[in-house]
Amino acid sequence: MENIFDLGWIDYTIMMVYFAFVLGIGWALKRFMKSSTDFLEAGRSIPAWITGLAFIATNLGALEVIGMAASGAKYGIATVHFYWIGAIPAMIFLAIFMMPFYYGSKARSVPEYLKLRFDEKTRGFNAVSFAIMTIFASGISMYALAMLMEVLLGWNFHFSLIISALIVLIYIYLGGLTSAIYNEVLQFFLIVLGFLPLVIIALIDIGGWEGLKTSLAEVSVNNGFEPGAYTQSWRHMNNPSSNPMGVDWIGVAMGLGFVLSFGYWCTNFLVVQRAMAADSMSSARRTPLIGAIPKMFIPFLVILPGMIAIALTSSLESGFELPAKGGSYDYDKAIPMMLGYYFPTGVLGLGLTALMASFMSGMAGNVTAFNTVWTYDIYQSYINRDKSDKHYLRVAHLTTIFGVLISIIAAYVARLFNNIMDFLQLIFAFINAPLFATFVLGMFWKRATGHGAFFGLLSGTTAAAIHHGLTAPVGATVLVKGGWLGTIVHEYPSEMAQNFWTAIYAFTACFILTVILSILTKKLKPDSELKGLVYSLTPRQKDEGVVWYERPVTLSVIIGIIAIILSILFW
Amino acid sequence: MGVDIRFPIGLMFTIFGLVLTILGLVTNSNAEMYKRSLDININLWSGLVILVFGILMLFFALRARKTRKSN
Repeated sequence: MENIFDLGWIDYTIMMVYFAFVLGIGWALKRFMKSSTDFLEAGRSIPAWITGLAFIATNLGALEVIGMAASGAKYGIATVHFYWIGAIPAMIFLAIFMMPFYYGSKARSVPEYLKLRFDEKTRGFNAVSFAIMTIFASGISMYALAMLMEVLLGWNFHFSLIISALIVLIYIYLGGLTSAIYNEVLQFFLIVLGFLPLVIIALIDIGGWEGLKTSLAEVSVNNGFEPGAYTQSWRHMNNPSSNPMGVDWIGVAMGLGFVLSFGYWCTNFLVVQRAMAADSMSSARRTPLIGAIPKMFIPFLVILPGMIAIALTSSLESGFELPAKGGSYDYDKAIPMMLGYYFPTGVLGLGLTALMASFMSGMAGNVTAFNTVWTYDIYQSYINRDKSDKHYLRVAHLTTIFGVLISIIAAYVARLFNNIMDFLQLIFAFINAPLFATFVLGMFWKRATGHGAFFGLLSGTTAAAIHHGLTAPVGATVLVKGGWLGTIVHEYPSEMAQNFWTAIYAFTACFILTVILSILTKKLKPDSELKGLVYSLTPRQKDEGVVWYERPVTLSVIIGIIAIILSILFW
Repeated sequence: MGVDIRFPIGLMFTIFGLVLTILGLVTNSNAEMYKRSLDININLWSGLVILVFGILMLFFALRARKTRKSN
């Protein structure tokens, strides 16, 4: 098969320069790695603007970039729900209400907070499931990148997999979390500057936003929707059958905007770790807010190219076409195909390097989060207690190697058995869905007990599994999509609608059972032990005497207003 | 921690900016090459924007270093 792209030596030079810089940053930080705190918590010494950009970059992994462009092509502008309602409110909540507990409690990780607030078993459950999840997440993204490089550039699958893993391994091994965070800032700028020319040139080609609206109106009508279904984000959400996503506004607001989004942004150690590395409480609280500012505009960088790709595909004279896949299009190819279509050598190298940068920032987030959880929450807690800090620093170094190695194995598992990966992702969805209920009760209700939290979590996961087993999206043929309990009680118009409702049921079950079980069981931790962990027992954060743009509440209001304006503009 | 990240970021983007700008200037008359980018010399334009960004980052890094030294 012929390669889609032909790279010139300039493109390779750009790539090599990038590799040299990420490795160089790791190397420059090596001499500062003197304790496990330096390596695993970045010494809690990073300024807010850096942690804020890292916070958003680690989420902007290759799967996000490729996946959001794919969603843009498949569902149109409604994909912005993953940003303006599905991220911003949760990021504001994390900054204002939750960061004081994470940062102020001196917990070194999210699972450790659960141990301080609840008990050992709740921490253990969260730590182990999170550790496995991060390994598979980085395995899957490694697999995706290597596949892409094979298809686009004709690079050997094993070669690109090993090289990309090795680079991430080296720069984290040398400089730990600090190196990951610093590199994420560099990668963030590279992703923005690498994709921006693509967006601009594609928009010019399609005739601007008005031109895109006209083209997509045609696509919309051909697919049986009203003309604006691909370019208006909320107007067609009254009925699942009137928008390509197959969801209604209740599912979007409750399932995505509330349960899934708050569960991800407020409890996932992958992102929270960046804020916990900040140099002060004030910086930690500003981290998600500084991240929220670019987050609001990322849809223009990743969703727009997907939408333009489908508009070009449907127009006869363009000459651009998304490759077909199983009766539909291979939406995941939207961004890479557009890069190859518009970019000559030079910027092409820049665009591909940006794609690699996004892969690395996502993978590094998984690796560093795994390192900390493994070393502190599993190794130090259950395997080998009371050793010197030097010992744990050594373990953290080895964990980096060990973590990357098993991610590579996971990538090969993904290559061999696609179904196993679908199945695993499903299990993780079940485990994650109820988590936010546990945290919100733990932080705002001092009566919540360890038994309540643990069994509440288990029942939330069970509820998710049962709901998934009894329902199915229309046209599902494989059991991993649902209905595996034999009878199908309810059929959802789309997989996304089913996911949203699975999350809603899991959250509700966990919330109710945690409350009931907490009332029935004895409160084992006295109020004095819960100081700094629960809202009512913690002194309020004071922001007086701080300049206005450094006050979390002022920043939140500004960000909230911008998100609302954007939503109205694309209503 | 020890390293001002603006310095490597500024340096890398200055290099990228220079490479793309020079490439854009050298290939400016190559109509065939820029047909795909709607006859826009996208290397030159992207290169200039990236160069400005890189130099700005370097400027801030050097200014911070100066204030640290004078303190």
